[in-house]
Amino acid sequence: MSETKIVDACNTYCPGPLMELITHMKQAEVGDTIELLSTDQGSADDVPEWVNKCGHEMVGTEKVGEIWHISVRKAK
Amino acid sequence: MSNKINIVCISGTREKLQMAAMIASVAAACGDEVTVFLSMNALAFFVKGNTDNAPVEGAFGTLMEEKGVPPFKQLFQQAVELGDAKLLPCSMAVDLLEVTQDDLEPEIGPPTGLTRFLSDAEGGQLLSF
Repeated sequence: MSETKIVDACNTYCPGPLMELITHMKQAEVGDTIELLSTDQGSADDVPEWVNKCGHEMVGTEKVGEIWHISVRKAK
Repeated sequence: MSNKINIVCISGTREKLQMAAMIASVAAACGDEVTVFLSMNALAFFVKGNTDNAPVEGAFGTLMEEKGVPPFKQLFQQAVELGDAKLLPCSMAVDLLEVTQDDLEPEIGPPTGLTRFLSDAEGGQLLSF
């Protein structure tokens, strides 16, 4: 059963949110989704680059108020 | 295809150590083969028990502290843990500081001479800070 986990990386700066995401991706199972919360615009741009490079799957990016919600599915 | 990235840290200022750590952690997390060579003023910050924060070079260093960016030592550590980066102390700097590998933080590898570093770095990118 795949799970969705929320990782709150608000109020930290590049590359903090990316590192938080990667730490949790390592621990996740294939098929799990991680929703990364970030207030950093740079990370909202950079995280999808990492996801593509590493062969995972972007589920979506949405900005709600000041917070980016970046959802990523672990593909391998 | 992964890249080979070699980073030489010689400055002991916060901005330069921060930039080097950012590149090391992101590149390592992206699967690049990362080696960081620590020498001159940079190495002292990796001696166990040294809690000094690297002095700022300019206004941006102060701003980073106020805003709470991830500390450079934490980023270097993540580069090792998440992406198998190698952090290697320069053997000359180790000798001059009169320390051994046991006196350095656990993520720091064996003292390495320039001949070895240069031959391992061959064919990769080299950045210096």
